[in-house]
Amino acid sequence: MNTQTDVADKLSEKVTTFLAEHDPVTTDRVEFLRARFDAGLAWVHFPIGRGGLGLAPDLQQQVDARFAEAGAPDNHPRINVIGLGMAAPTLMAYGTEDQLDTFLRPLWTGEQVWCQLFSEPGAGSDLAAVATRAVRDGEQWVVDGQKVWTSSAQNAQLAILLARTDPDVPKHAGLTYFICDMTDPGIEVRPLRQITGESEFNEVFLTGVRIPDSQRLGAVGEGWKVANATLNNERVAIGGGPVPRESGMVGVVAKSWRANPARRRPDLHGRLMELWVESEAARLTGQRLRQKLAVGQPGPEGAAMKLSFARLAQRLSGLELELLGEEGLRYDDWTLRRPLEVDFLGRGPGYRYLRAKGNSIEGGTSEILLNIVAERVLGLPPEHRVDRDVPFRELAK
Amino acid sequence: MTELNLLYTDVEDDLRRTVRDLLEDRLGPSAVTAMYDGDRTIVEPLWRALAQNLGLAGLLIPEAEGGFGASAREAATVCEELGRAAAPVPFLTSAVVATIAVTGSGHQVVAELAAGVTTAALAVPFATAPYGPVPRLAATEGTVTGSVSSVAGALEADVLLIPVDEADGLAIYAVPVSEAIVAAVPSLDMSRQLADIVLDAAPGSRVRGDAAASVRAALLAGAAMLASEQVGVASWCLAGTVDYLRERRQFGRPVGSFQALKHRLADLYVSVESGTATARYAAAALAADDSDAEVATAIAASYCSNLAVTAAEEALQLHGGIGMTWEHPVHLYLKRAKAAQLALGHPGEHRGRLADLVDLPYEATDAGKSR
Ligand SMILES: Cc1cc2nc3c(=O)[nH]c(=O)nc-3n(C[C@H](O)[C@H](O)[C@H](O)COP(=O)(O)OP(=O)(O)OC[C@H]3O[C@@H](n4cnc5c(N)ncnc54)[C@H](O)[C@@H]3O)c2cc1C
Repeated sequence: MNTQTDVADKLSEKVTTFLAEHDPVTTDRVEFLRARFDAGLAWVHFPIGRGGLGLAPDLQQQVDARFAEAGAPDNHPRINVIGLGMAAPTLMAYGTEDQLDTFLRPLWTGEQVWCQLFSEPGAGSDLAAVATRAVRDGEQWVVDGQKVWTSSAQNAQLAILLARTDPDVPKHAGLTYFICDMTDPGIEVRPLRQITGESEFNEVFLTGVRIPDSQRLGAVGEGWKVANATLNNERVAIGGGPVPRESGMVGVVAKSWRANPARRRPDLHGRLMELWVESEAARLTGQRLRQKLAVGQPGPEGAAMKLSFARLAQRLSGLELELLGEEGLRYDDWTLRRPLEVDFLGRGPGYRYLRAKGNSIEGGTSEILLNIVAERVLGLPPEHRVDRDVPFRELAK
Repeated sequence: MTELNLLYTDVEDDLRRTVRDLLEDRLGPSAVTAMYDGDRTIVEPLWRALAQNLGLAGLLIPEAEGGFGASAREAATVCEELGRAAAPVPFLTSAVVATIAVTGSGHQVVAELAAGVTTAALAVPFATAPYGPVPRLAATEGTVTGSVSSVAGALEADVLLIPVDEADGLAIYAVPVSEAIVAAVPSLDMSRQLADIVLDAAPGSRVRGDAAASVRAALLAGAAMLASEQVGVASWCLAGTVDYLRERRQFGRPVGSFQALKHRLADLYVSVESGTATARYAAAALAADDSDAEVATAIAASYCSNLAVTAAEEALQLHGGIGMTWEHPVHLYLKRAKAAQLALGHPGEHRGRLADLVDLPYEATDAGKSR
């Protein structure tokens, strides 16, 4: 008890000292963020020297709050969702010292935005079926293929990439994980428009893209394992940070309810209260999960969080439109745009409703997550898999 | 008690085929998608072909008044097809709602509607339920003043039918759109885009007085016909998803071979069948002027509103990433379904009315005192 308070107090002191030494208003934004990283105040649960202090992840919230209070610049966390939520923990788990030195700090400060080159037209749920080829050429790899649904590719300098390095072994065994430079001349990004009217994701074509072997993450052929670390983190990142009551979609809808007394009806009220309780249950489940995880890699349990999150976001945003009635029939703007960041709760109720539909698809569909819970958490016998032991090259496409 | 026929008659099947052929011929999903970027060029020629060439504009108008004298059954069949194609034509708003509001008035607009030369819209917010009060404007000396927001069918209309408050009740005035400010608003469903209407001493012609019952009948029929449209939307979603999951392969097999997905689609099939039954019943009850027509409408509106939304949401989800794209038509159906759910009363409003009609009141009462 005492030691916990001690740690928190010391941390608080450290923040005070840092802020005294780096005026958040006058210091250059990037300089400020770099210094904050170097002081270990970026993500306190990371090791010393890696932007952290080796403390419990819960303590981060208190640090972030202090910096926000002081009017300090943030690292635009919503622009670099994939970098912060997925690439960073994967780097921590599998990166070499050199890779950590090179990539972690600019990732955290937002100087380098990351995207995720995983899904392909033929490999969505069946991610292990990626066909993008990486062929070794001395100290480099040459990559050719096509990715799809790549969010933020238009903003990214770097990507985490899953590619096939050996087509002669079964699909899970022939994958390797790379850090890919998005400014390589062999990269072509073509926008894809989404049902919201925005163009948030892309097709990415890779033609003769060169990646130094030093940007391989994990061993050759170990890509599936590394990718799963990313996905487990993605699901947690999407599914639940630390959240006060009535955060997220439930908060938005609760606000609409309070603001629209004339539209209230018993039918809508019953559903609102049911979803409010479910949201609270999900929030508390997230709290438990975080406490269980403390430090370390999340396992498949994160899938459960992401399932609840998607379901609630969808049902609540749908309910909000019913509550609003006439206003729900209107939409703010269909104009095509390339957003810099994605805000699930932003814009209007129509946008929220439509964007939430993606929540049960991105980062692994809800069906796939249910399979993961059933098989990896509950230990039910797996589906019969026709393609597990067949060399990738021989699979019917 | 004779049972109402809930199947499709030969005449209805023929009508369906005619409408479907025309839509397949003239309307591709890309034309509907283009409407979200403001390109509405498809609407006028398509509606003219349906309204005039096929004569659908006058379907519900009695022969004596220049129409076809068909019933809600045929109109419902048309709506189903329009839903299946997410067709951007004002059949529901003009040939059903506006038409019923003025039928029997003896006003010349009826003959024009019957001939398909005039398209009309009843100027009430599209979310208006048939059960509550209708927002009204004011008229003095033959001119109408006021505003109405979020009206469906106004952009396609030549004539706006305005509910007007008169000393002895509700009247309907016809105002040419040229006398009104009709401002298009970005809408969740751009295949039925809404508009805000402002009238400033606009000259109008009085169509009928004592119009409360006509307006109510119009909105009720609208809700009933919308249910059939929603069945059409849901059927498209089911059929399109079944086709896709048969073809789409992951894990070395068609994803439709996974039992979890088979069950989802089988469940959806059960719902579509149920929805079809309720929509057919509402149409048949209206056509027969059955005493159960209002109950039938509330059941269909409540059930089918949710059915279409569920079907479109399932379709999107089961298409995976491609379902989230502008390119694939599934979003057109999702937007159509979600907007239709809020139109002419949301499901809760229909269930609320139903609760009164079938004596399942919500409010607690003192023991022994019945309502
Ligand atoms: C908004 C958005 C952003 C995205 N961003 C990225 C990104 O940045 N980077 C990236 O790499 N990818 C991204 N994705 C892609 C996403 O990960 C894939 O769309 C997803 O994994 C599903 O793949 P798919 O689209 O090929 O669908 P499919 O795999 O074809 O699935 C079709 C349907 O079948 C179901 N299904 C498939 N297999 C099974 C099974 N075994 N059991 C039961 N049901 C099954 C699926 O759940 C789905 O409903 C994004 C997607 C969206 C919608």
